[in-house]
Amino acid sequence: MTAVLKAQGLGRRYRRRWALSDCTLDIPAGQVVGLVGPNGAGKTTLLHLAAGLLQPTTGTIEVLGDRPPASPAQLARVGFVAQDSPTYSGLSVADHLRLGAHLNPGWDAAMASDRIERLGLDPRQRAGKMSGGQRAQLALTLALAKKPELLLLDEPVASLDPLARREFLQGLMEAVVDQGLTVVLSSHLVADLERVCDYLIVLVASRVQIAGEVEHLRATHHLLTGPRRDPARLPEDQHVISASHTDRQTTLTVRTEAPIHDPAWVVSPVGLEDLVLAYMSRTAADARRPELEVQR
Amino acid sequence: MIWLTWRQFRAQTIAAAGLLAILAIAFAVTGPQLAHLYDTTVATCHAQHDCSIAVGTFQAEDSFLQDLVRLVMLAGPALIGMFWGAPLIARELEAGTQRLAWMQSVTRFRWLAVKLGLAGLASMAVAGLLSLMVTWWSGPFDRFGAGRLDPAIFSERGIVPIGYAAFAFALGVMAGLLIRHTVPAMAVTLAVFAAVQAAFELKIRFHLIPPVRVASALNMAWVTETGSGGPAGPGSLYIGIQPNLPGAWIGSSQVTTAAGSTSLGPVPSSCGPNATYSACTATIARMHLRQVIVYQPGSRFWALQWYETAIYLALALALAGFCVWWVRRRVS
Repeated sequence: MTAVLKAQGLGRRYRRRWALSDCTLDIPAGQVVGLVGPNGAGKTTLLHLAAGLLQPTTGTIEVLGDRPPASPAQLARVGFVAQDSPTYSGLSVADHLRLGAHLNPGWDAAMASDRIERLGLDPRQRAGKMSGGQRAQLALTLALAKKPELLLLDEPVASLDPLARREFLQGLMEAVVDQGLTVVLSSHLVADLERVCDYLIVLVASRVQIAGEVEHLRATHHLLTGPRRDPARLPEDQHVISASHTDRQTTLTVRTEAPIHDPAWVVSPVGLEDLVLAYMSRTAADARRPELEVQR
Repeated sequence: MIWLTWRQFRAQTIAAAGLLAILAIAFAVTGPQLAHLYDTTVATCHAQHDCSIAVGTFQAEDSFLQDLVRLVMLAGPALIGMFWGAPLIARELEAGTQRLAWMQSVTRFRWLAVKLGLAGLASMAVAGLLSLMVTWWSGPFDRFGAGRLDPAIFSERGIVPIGYAAFAFALGVMAGLLIRHTVPAMAVTLAVFAAVQAAFELKIRFHLIPPVRVASALNMAWVTETGSGGPAGPGSLYIGIQPNLPGAWIGSSQVTTAAGSTSLGPVPSSCGPNATYSACTATIARMHLRQVIVYQPGSRFWALQWYETAIYLALALALAGFCVWWVRRRVS
């Protein structure tokens, strides 16, 4: 499998704050990639860098073998829907489709109008008068009908109600199957992504915490429960992601490639949501630690 | 990209075309009448020796339309900058729609170049047409008064409005791009444009071509007032002159002594409080005074128009170039 998105030491700074730092990624083609992290973690920055809307401060990024935005030809191969699905509020649905047809050489007009019809959108309606869900669908239609190889979606379902969320993701998955494209979609909610993603990137506090295929992540992360003990005394190959202790019991989320043989532990699988939360809370704890030292 | 620009700009273009059409109709109806009136009253008034009445009556014709023309020509370029220039990019940045536009298979450079080019040309075309109509319609009126170099007339005739419109438009685009909000960008556009225009009119235009400087014996026919005071201080003689150079734009006119000093000496007794005006002028005539006049002759109207237009167009191009650079490098 070839990489559609390759980042090496990628970083982006806004004035003095690093929105993304030291990001190294290698996203294979044909996957649905979930980009998860809390608000302000750098998801939008990473997607904008991939779309070529931003230039990196450090490191390099290659999308489909080229640094974005290389040329109109490369732009044609990448679809992007920004956060809140921006559309021209004064233009009608039909105007948006004409816009796409005029500006994209590979435009699939039949597919676009077919999708609009299936979604039940009125072509004469202005985008400004549509609901958030309809606008998101319109923006997705625009991005899909240019026939991209890579589709980047920034928080596509954040503004949608649960039903619209499900419909949107369903529509997206149908398109993915039809067109065989690679999708990167971000969300701060794992639940949105759990059902659709093959690949997960956890981004917290401007750094990539972990990236990998969902199956692999599930197979290498375990929840260990047992009598209270110090996590530092675990075998070398077991990386503790999060730990919580009561007086008598210790619960650990660990990552390891090897099987766990210690009979003291009750080993259970980690749900994707708990896994992500473990990574998020780990970074939050790291950030808090210096404060505690000062208090002591 | 041309289609999108047209689609986004359609309403403004139609509105501008409508306004131009209304003005054109008003001019077409009143213009020939004005020309006829001028030919029959003002042009023949010398024969009947009542020119001041004829001119006064003529100048009062269509006073509403005259005021309207003045207002439109004064505000037009600023309005273009505020309502066409400032929202061009700012509205996209406010709504985030540049992220939609830039992800089509069109580079940002082309996106901005087409928008700037088409809307900029439309701005210039509107200003040019407007000025063409106004210059034609106001022709009879412009033959009176201080002539076409009068600042109030010069900047509202000929080709300079095209330069103003281009500059105001580019200024608006740049303000919108940097401020990223339409309404503040409009305010800044208006303020900066007004300041640039005022500075140009007061400080720069007169020196676009080195003015003519004439020093000669004082022409007593041009003396309009005498008294004491003036630049040499109280008690010294002051003579005010109004050079009769038709169509010229007078920068300064000074009366000096034969030696070139602006201090004309004490007020002669024949110009004192109890003296008659004719006795005073007779005394002054014997003093061998000189006059120094710095002015732009009326014949330089088109030369000054071309220079000013070229400078404004160059400024507009520089601002547009900055916008292109900024969009490619800095905006996301």
